[in-house]
Amino acid sequence: MLKYTIKRVLMLIPTIIGITLFIYLIMSLVPGDPAELLSPPEATAAEVQALRVEMGLDKPILVQYLNYMWDILHGDFGVSWFTQQPVADEILHRMPYTLTLGVYSTIIASLISIPLGTLTAVKHNTWIDYVLTFLCLVFAAMPNFWLGIILQINLSLNTGWLPAYGMGTPAHYVLPVIAVCASSVANNIRSTRTWVLDVIRSDYVRTARAKGASEFVVIMKHALRNALLPIITGFGSSFAGVLGGSVVIETVFAIPGISTYLTSAVKTRDMPIIMGSILVISVFVGVVNLLVDLMYSVIDPRVKYE
Amino acid sequence: MEKLLEIKNLKVQYNTDEAVVYALNDFSLDLNKGEILGVVGETGAGKTTMALSIMKLLPEHVAEVTGGNITYNGQDVFKMSKKELRALRGAEISMIFQDPMTSLNPVMTVGDQINEVLKIHHPDMSKQTRAEKVAEILTLVGIPPERGAQFPHQFSGGMKQRVVIAMALVAEPNLLLADEPTTALDVTIQAQILMLMKELQKKFGTSMILITHDLGIVAEFCENVAVVYGGEVIERGSVEQVFARTKNHPYTDSLFKCIPDLTTDATRLTPIPGFVLDSRTAPVGCPFAERCQKATERCVQVKPSIHYVEDGHYIKCHLYENEVGK
Repeated sequence: MLKYTIKRVLMLIPTIIGITLFIYLIMSLVPGDPAELLSPPEATAAEVQALRVEMGLDKPILVQYLNYMWDILHGDFGVSWFTQQPVADEILHRMPYTLTLGVYSTIIASLISIPLGTLTAVKHNTWIDYVLTFLCLVFAAMPNFWLGIILQINLSLNTGWLPAYGMGTPAHYVLPVIAVCASSVANNIRSTRTWVLDVIRSDYVRTARAKGASEFVVIMKHALRNALLPIITGFGSSFAGVLGGSVVIETVFAIPGISTYLTSAVKTRDMPIIMGSILVISVFVGVVNLLVDLMYSVIDPRVKYE
Repeated sequence: MEKLLEIKNLKVQYNTDEAVVYALNDFSLDLNKGEILGVVGETGAGKTTMALSIMKLLPEHVAEVTGGNITYNGQDVFKMSKKELRALRGAEISMIFQDPMTSLNPVMTVGDQINEVLKIHHPDMSKQTRAEKVAEILTLVGIPPERGAQFPHQFSGGMKQRVVIAMALVAEPNLLLADEPTTALDVTIQAQILMLMKELQKKFGTSMILITHDLGIVAEFCENVAVVYGGEVIERGSVEQVFARTKNHPYTDSLFKCIPDLTTDATRLTPIPGFVLDSRTAPVGCPFAERCQKATERCVQVKPSIHYVEDGHYIKCHLYENEVGK
C-alpha cells in the first residue's frame, strides 16, 4: 500500500510535465506578441525588442518552457507580467477559497445524494422515484450561474438572510455551495440509483434476505457498500470539476478563488499566472484521484494494491 | 406422518414488458417432517420459482401470485407479516442457492456472513457463543475456522458452497431448500458437497427439498421424488416406485431414456422431441401433450388430474385414470 502510494505520487511528475508542456505550447500558438502588448504605445521597436529579450521571449519555445520549469523546481512561480505581483503569493491566497468551496460542496453533495439515490433505487418505479427523478432532471439541466443569481435575489436581496457575495464568514459559503451542489447532487442521485439498483438485484442481496435480515440491513449493509465504489469515483470527479471549473460561480459570487484568477489571466495572456494556476490545480486533481483509488482498497477487500 | 409444508394449487406468473410468463400452474406439493424430497425438472419448469415462493422471496414488482397458498407448520406463508417472514427465513427455512460464486457478499468476511444469521435470529446470544457456533459450523462443513476471517474471493467454488451450506445450517432450520446446489461446481466436487449435505441433514434432522435436474443425484440422495413439468408436479412417489420404471408419466419415462445405460448395447440415447414448454401462453390441457408420443386430442384440451397408481405414487396423466391406488 505504501509502495503503491509512493509509486502513484511519482507518477504525478510525468503527468504534470505533460499538462504544463501542452498548455505552454498552446499559449505560444495564440497570435499576438506579449512584449508588444506590455510596451507603452509610444515605445520604439528597439524598446519592444529589449523588453522581449528581458522576458526571455526571444528564445525558442522549448527553451522558454525549460527555463520556466527550472524556476518552478526552485520554488519560483514568477511574477505577473502585468501587475508584477508574485504569482505564488496570489495562488496561496486564493487556493483556500476554491478548496473550501470544493470540499464543502462535495461533502454536502454526497450527504444528500447517496441517501436519496439509495431511496430512489429501493422505491424504484414508485411515485417517490418519479418525483425525485423529475427534480434531478430539472436541477441537472439548470445552469449554475442562473441558479446562483436566483438564490442571490431570493435569499439575499429580497430577504437579507444571507450575504450575496464576497467571502469572510461561513455564511458567505452557503449560496455558492448550493449553486455548485445542485447539478452534482442531481447527477449523483441518478448514478447512485443506477448502481444501487444493480446491486439490489444481485444474488448476495437475495441471500441476505433469505437469512431473514431486515430490509434496512439488507440495503445499508449488503447493497450500499457494494455500490459505493463507482459512487465515490463520481464524487472524486465532481470535486476535480469544482477546482478548475467554478469560474462562473466565483464570478457570480465575487469569490477571490483560483478559477477567476486563471480565466482573467487567459484573457491577458499572463503566462506566469496561467502556468502556475494550472500546475497547482493539476497537482490537487492528481492527489484527489489518488485518494479515491486508495479508498477503493478500504471499501472493497478484493482491491489490493501492490 | 406430520406435514411440514403444504403447497396447494399455487399459481405464479412473471409480468414482464414483453409477455406474461406462467411459471407455476396449479403447483401442489406436500412435504412431511424429516422427508428428503427430490424435485426434478428441466430448466424453466418452475423449480426455483417454487423454492423462492416458499420463502416469499420472489422478485417484487415482477412476480405475481395469482392463486393458491403455502402452509408451513400450519401457518399461511403469504399471510405472514414482514416480521413473521423474517423470523421464518434463515431460522425455520433456509436456502442453498445455485451459484456460490455470486451468492456471497464480496465485501464481508465469510465468518461475518455466517455470524449475521445468528445475530438476526438470536440477538440475545453472547458474542463469544456466536463466535464459537460459527467456528463449530465451519469445522462441520470442512473449513478451518480461522478462514472465517477471509473474504469470499479467497475461496474456491466448492469452498464457497461449503460456506453457503454453513450459513444455511448455522441457525439449525427445520427445512432446507437446496436449489441445484452442485450444478455450478466441478463434477469431482459435486459428490463431496452432496455427501456433506447428507451428513449434516442426518445430524440436524432437517427436512429437505433438493432441486435438481439430475436423476442420478435424486436416486443417490433422496427418499422421495417429485417430477415437475410446465409449472406443475406431474408425478410424485418414493424413489423406489418412480425408479422401478413400471408405471411412469410419459415425461418421466422419456427423462429416463435420456440417461445413458451402460448395461445394454444401445448406442443412441432417446432425446425428448420438441422444446421445453413455452410458458408464455396460458396453459390448457396437459403441459407435456405437445411433446408426448402417447398424447391424444383429449390431452391437448383437458388437464389431467391426479391418479394414484400405487400407495403414495401418483401420476398426472390421462393414461392412468382407471388405476385404483390410494
